[in-house]
Amino acid sequence: MKQPVTYTLYHPKWYRRPMSTYWWTKRWRYLRFILRELSSISVAWTVILLLLLINSMGDEAMYAGYLDWLQSPWLVVLNAFALVFLLFHTVTWFNLAPRAMAVRLRGKRLPDWAVAAPNFIAWAVLSAGVVWFVLKGV
Amino acid sequence: MAETIVLEVARYRPEIEAEPAFENFEVPCRPDWVVLDALNYIKDAIDGTLSFRWSCRMGVCGSCGMMVNGEPKLTCATFLTDYLPGPIRIEPLSNFPIVRDLIIEMSDFMTKLQGVKPWIIRNEDLPVSQGEYRQSPEQLETYKQFSMCINCLLCYAACPVYGLDQHFVGPAALALAQRYNLDSRDEGEAQRLEILSEHEGIWGCTFVGECSVVCPKHVDPAGAIQQYKLKAVTEWFKSILLPRGGRD
Repeated sequence: MKQPVTYTLYHPKWYRRPMSTYWWTKRWRYLRFILRELSSISVAWTVILLLLLINSMGDEAMYAGYLDWLQSPWLVVLNAFALVFLLFHTVTWFNLAPRAMAVRLRGKRLPDWAVAAPNFIAWAVLSAGVVWFVLKGV
Repeated sequence: MAETIVLEVARYRPEIEAEPAFENFEVPCRPDWVVLDALNYIKDAIDGTLSFRWSCRMGVCGSCGMMVNGEPKLTCATFLTDYLPGPIRIEPLSNFPIVRDLIIEMSDFMTKLQGVKPWIIRNEDLPVSQGEYRQSPEQLETYKQFSMCINCLLCYAACPVYGLDQHFVGPAALALAQRYNLDSRDEGEAQRLEILSEHEGIWGCTFVGECSVVCPKHVDPAGAIQQYKLKAVTEWFKSILLPRGGRD
């Protein structure tokens, strides 16, 4: 709908309030939205970490270097932050699912938890699978 | 309990003020009074020039939406006692130009509402002799929530996307478009798609979700928009994967 925004033609002097650049600090729910948007940077960062891991795998010296790099204090702090934001991103994402999917069973809409729960269960099962795979050799 | 409460009311009289300023009024704080009662008290007993919209006093007409302490509220459903000891700050709805005092200019919304064709569209109207278009309770249930909208514009005042880009069609109009799309009697989805699928339509929404939080009628415009996005993407995939069969 890219048509000019029109208001009453003959109004003499309406006043338009400017919107502050810091609108997202005005309400907790706005801030939470911005934090959620920013958390996608954590997702991207984790993907990069994984790609670097895969890249270093065939070569033992490279793999040792990668592990060494991971242990540097600033990276530990950064990854701790990234983990917190990743968890926030995941939980909020799954909680949004029932809003976007109106699943109906026999004419009745399923309650929100029934749409969100399978996501959380799948997450837990997949995570447990990964943990098992990683730790089985230890 | 305090006997009175102070209302900080935004005043904008274009012939007097260059920009809005606050004026304080001390009003009785009765347990059964809502903000609208206090505004009417001011108009009746203190300053008759105060301008604001209202009509039904019972959450049906959608006229009395204002910012109460920064939150969009129907002032007929917002009790003074919930804000004790006060003061309570009353402003016109955000994201709209102000005409006078607490009155906003809403023609932009009216144009956008018309744009999404919020009425039942039929390819071919059945003759009256064939009777009414019948609908089962299940078919009614699919869109009923979105049909509860009273056009109070609280969702527009809460939506930062609309605040930042006035071209965004906005929560209520999109929810009402979806209301008719989901109606089993309607055949106008393709006509509405033109407007809905534009960048300023459903894709403008970033799912802040505040529209659904402030909605006094629990319409959940954010949900309506996300459901439509999901449907649009599914339809798009179908049209790619099933070049002929996927289209109605």
